[in-house]
Parts: sequence; C-alpha cells; structure tokens
Amino acid sequence: MLHIENISKTFNPGTITEKLALHNVSLHLAPGDFVTVIGGNGAGKSTLMNSIAGTYPVDEGRITIDGTDITKWPEHKRAKYIGRVFQDPMMGTAAGMMIEENLAIAARRGKSPTLKWSSSADSRQHFRELLMSLNLGLEDRLESKVGLLSGGQRQALTLLMATMAQPKLLLLDEHTAALDPKTAEKVLSLTDKIVKQQKLTTLMITHNMRDALKYGNRLIMMYEGHILFDIDSEKKKNLGIKDLLAMFEKAAGSELNSDSLLLS
Amino acid sequence: MDLVIATVSQGLLWALLAIGVYLTFRVLDIADLTVEGSFPLGAATAATLIVAGYHPLVAILAACVTGMLAGVVTGILCTKFKIPALLAGILTMIALYSVNLRIMGKANLPLLQQDTIFTIWNLGMDKMMTTLAIGAVIVFVVALLNYWFFGTELGTAVRATGFNPHMIRANGINTDNMIVLGLLLSNGLVAISGALVAQSNGFADVGMGVGTIVIGLASVIIGEVLFGTRSFKNCLISVILGSIVYRAVIAIVLQMGMPPNDLKLFTAILVALALSMPLLQARWNKIRKGGR
Repeated sequence: MLHIENISKTFNPGTITEKLALHNVSLHLAPGDFVTVIGGNGAGKSTLMNSIAGTYPVDEGRITIDGTDITKWPEHKRAKYIGRVFQDPMMGTAAGMMIEENLAIAARRGKSPTLKWSSSADSRQHFRELLMSLNLGLEDRLESKVGLLSGGQRQALTLLMATMAQPKLLLLDEHTAALDPKTAEKVLSLTDKIVKQQKLTTLMITHNMRDALKYGNRLIMMYEGHILFDIDSEKKKNLGIKDLLAMFEKAAGSELNSDSLLLS
Repeated sequence: MDLVIATVSQGLLWALLAIGVYLTFRVLDIADLTVEGSFPLGAATAATLIVAGYHPLVAILAACVTGMLAGVVTGILCTKFKIPALLAGILTMIALYSVNLRIMGKANLPLLQQDTIFTIWNLGMDKMMTTLAIGAVIVFVVALLNYWFFGTELGTAVRATGFNPHMIRANGINTDNMIVLGLLLSNGLVAISGALVAQSNGFADVGMGVGTIVIGLASVIIGEVLFGTRSFKNCLISVILGSIVYRAVIAIVLQMGMPPNDLKLFTAILVALALSMPLLQARWNKIRKGGR
C-alpha cells in the first residue's frame, strides 16, 4: 500500500540550525495496517508524517501509494489519497464556515471544485447521518460555524472529514494531544471504530505509550530520525510499557529521556 | 431629498469597490492594495472606450476584464513568486499608474457630451434618479452573482482558503489558484466600480484611486459593525449598506462644514479607530472589571 524507500530530510541545510530530521527511513504498510508511531521529541515522527503528506519535499528517497510514485507531488495533489487529522484542533477545519460547508469540502477531497452549488438536500441528509454516528449532537447544527465547537468536537469532525471520502491512507498526527484525557479517550475510540469499519490503512503518531500499545496492529518507535524498531501484531499483543522501555534502551543504547512519553 | 438620493446612489456605485475589498480583506484575509490601481484602471479603460465611441456596457465589461488582469498579476506575484501580498499589491498599483496614463494618453479624460451608462436609456426620470436606479440594478446583479459563486464548490474553496489554507490543501485544493481567483474577482469588481464612478462624475482621472482601499475598508467595517456578519449573504448585504452609510457620513460631515481636503484624513482616522476597536474594547472591559 504505502511504500517509503530510504527517505531523508534535513532542515535548514548549510546553516547553524541544520537538523537531520529523517535519515534513510524505509517503511512499508500493508493494506489495512493500523500503525502507531511513538518516539521522543525530535525523533522525526511529525517529519515522517509531513513528508508523506507533502507539506514539504524530501531530500532523497521515494514514496509510493498503491504503486503510484507521489514523491514529487504537491501537498494538495496527494490529498486525493490521504486523509489527515492534525494535532491542532484549529488546523483541520475552517472555523468561519458552517459545519455543512466544511463537510461538503471534505466530501469532495481530491476532486476539482466545480461551479455546482456546494450543498444539496441529498448531501445534507448524508451529512446528518454521518454526524449522527459521532454521537455529539452535531447533526442538528449543520448551519453552525465550526468555530463554535469545542476542541474535541472539532477533532471528531475533522476525523469524519478525513475519512468520509475513503482515503487510501489516514494520517493522524497526535490528534488527541491537545484534548483533555476524557475527550482524548472518546476521540481515540471513535478513531478506532472508523478505522476498523472502513479497514483504513492508518499511521497514528501518539505521545502516549499506553495508547500506542492499545490501538493498531503494529507499532514503530522512532529515534533520532530513524525507525528504531517495528513491532508486529503478534508481539504487540503481549507487550507492556516496561517491555517497550527495555527494547528502547537495548536498541538505542541509552535511556529514553522524554518526559511526555514516560509520564503519560 | 436630492442629497439623500445622491448619497445613496454614490454609495451604490462605490459598493462594488467595497465588495471587492471585502473579498480580499475578509474572505482571502489579504490586504490588497492593487485596488488603488485597478479602480482608476477601470475608470480609464471605460472612459477611453466611451470616448472612442463604444457602448458604455461594452466599456464597463472591458473595464472589468482589465481589473481582473491586474488582480491576476498581483496574484501571480504573491503565489508563484512568493512576494508578500501587501508588497505585491503595491507593485501592481504603482505599475498601473503608468498603465492608466498610457490608456488615457493624459492624466484626465472628460466624458462631457458622451453617452454613459446613466444617459443611454431614457427611463423617464431625472439624472439623479436614473443613476440611483441603474446603480441599484447593477449592485443587485453583482451581489446575486457573488452569492451564487461563493456558494458553489469553487467559491466555497476560495472562502476556505482564506479561513484555513492548511485545511483546504489537506482536502486537495491548490490554494495558490484560489488566491489568484479571489484577487481576480475582487479587482474585476473594483474596476467596474471605477468605470461607474467615472461615468457618474463625468471624467476619469489618473489620481482617482488614491485612498480607495481605505474607503473600501471603511465601508466593510461600518457595514459589519452595523449590519452583522452571520453568514456570507449577511456580509454581502452589510458591505453594500456599509458603503451607503459611509457616503452618508461623508455627506453629513461636509454639510457640517468640514473642508473637503480633510476627507481622507477623516476616513483614515475612522478606519484606524474601527480596526483598533476590538483591542480597545478588551482593554476597556479589563479596566472595568479590575475596578470592581
């Protein structure tokens, strides 16, 4: 499905702030894989995700989705295959527009916009049904501006928007990190439900080891711009946080020093 | 009564400028100074064509097209060449000064004795009422077209680009194209406004663009404050009414004896005050709460 071959990315090359963010990273995702990604600050998790999404170009390497080479594609063109939810609840929706308008845009992800009126009675009914599945009462608020929603509601809506046009790949970049624990839990279980229902190939960054172990069928740990280890579904089932830490120390040759990762 | 009719019709003719400024300043979230050049560009194009014997409607359509081109230039400068939008607009505006002189061949082109959009049809009304009626029809049609366009998939994408470029890119839309399209539409409207004002005033002048951005902003802000921003439709109506109220304010202060030379200063202060209002209000609330 997703094939990443030896991608590298250096920020600010040739300057004092030069930073090698990704170093020869390769990763293959089979259709339906739900991979959780953990790692400390600066490990390259977000860079990996942004490289796949095309937020910036990679320096070297190749990225293909279903055999299509997308390495040189601009961000908006890749959106045809990729649905995304960001860490910042503000980033996935247009706050000043109605829920209905946001959904209408997402429903046509990857298609060229036409001069057809953006919403119809049919689409509205469809949106209502989709919103009903979120269980947040949003189905009666199609004409509310998204800016009026809470962070959790916005992330749930963004999740719906990212998945409603069946993406080949779903990218979740710490999409619950900005939410309170209870809301985060809700959005995560909703994520799990949607991913399983649609059998979506998914890459989810999380800063929470427990969530990384609980969700998905694969887990990768990143460290200093490369993938430290890749745990498959059989091994993952019986793994605890302590095992993860031990594996990290053995592979990296140092102790894991990320508070956010350890404390959560 | 005459003054009221004159004020309203001036407000209507300038309302297209206000809608244009609204499209960039609010919808795209860009302060586009191209306006100061595309307004006289529309006037110059229309006046020149009318003097050359073309039908005023043709002249207005041609003005619209030249304005759109000006918008595209600014759009390409700021998207393809990454020049900050403010500077890109200034560059186009300065360039247009020369272009406008080229089009007219001189700094001022009178339209005396020429057929204009306000004289070709005999509606059985005097000149002022005709201006009002034709202005109202044009504004109504333009507002309706805007309402339709910004409700379509393409128009929604343009609006979303202004609100959140990340979101719209993640949904597969090329934001560069949307920005160029927005600037194109905005400056097309501004040029039509220039063409209408020139025909109403009876001349086109190379200097008539000075301060138009501030007039547009004043209309947008006055409209938003007085008439609301609930939806896009609401905003459109607000901006049109804002333009009329702005003309009324100007008429009133002139009646009260303010020298016309001070008008631009007055407008600038008005806009500066309105733009700093949210911050001043927050400070004021804080002080009041602190006092308790």
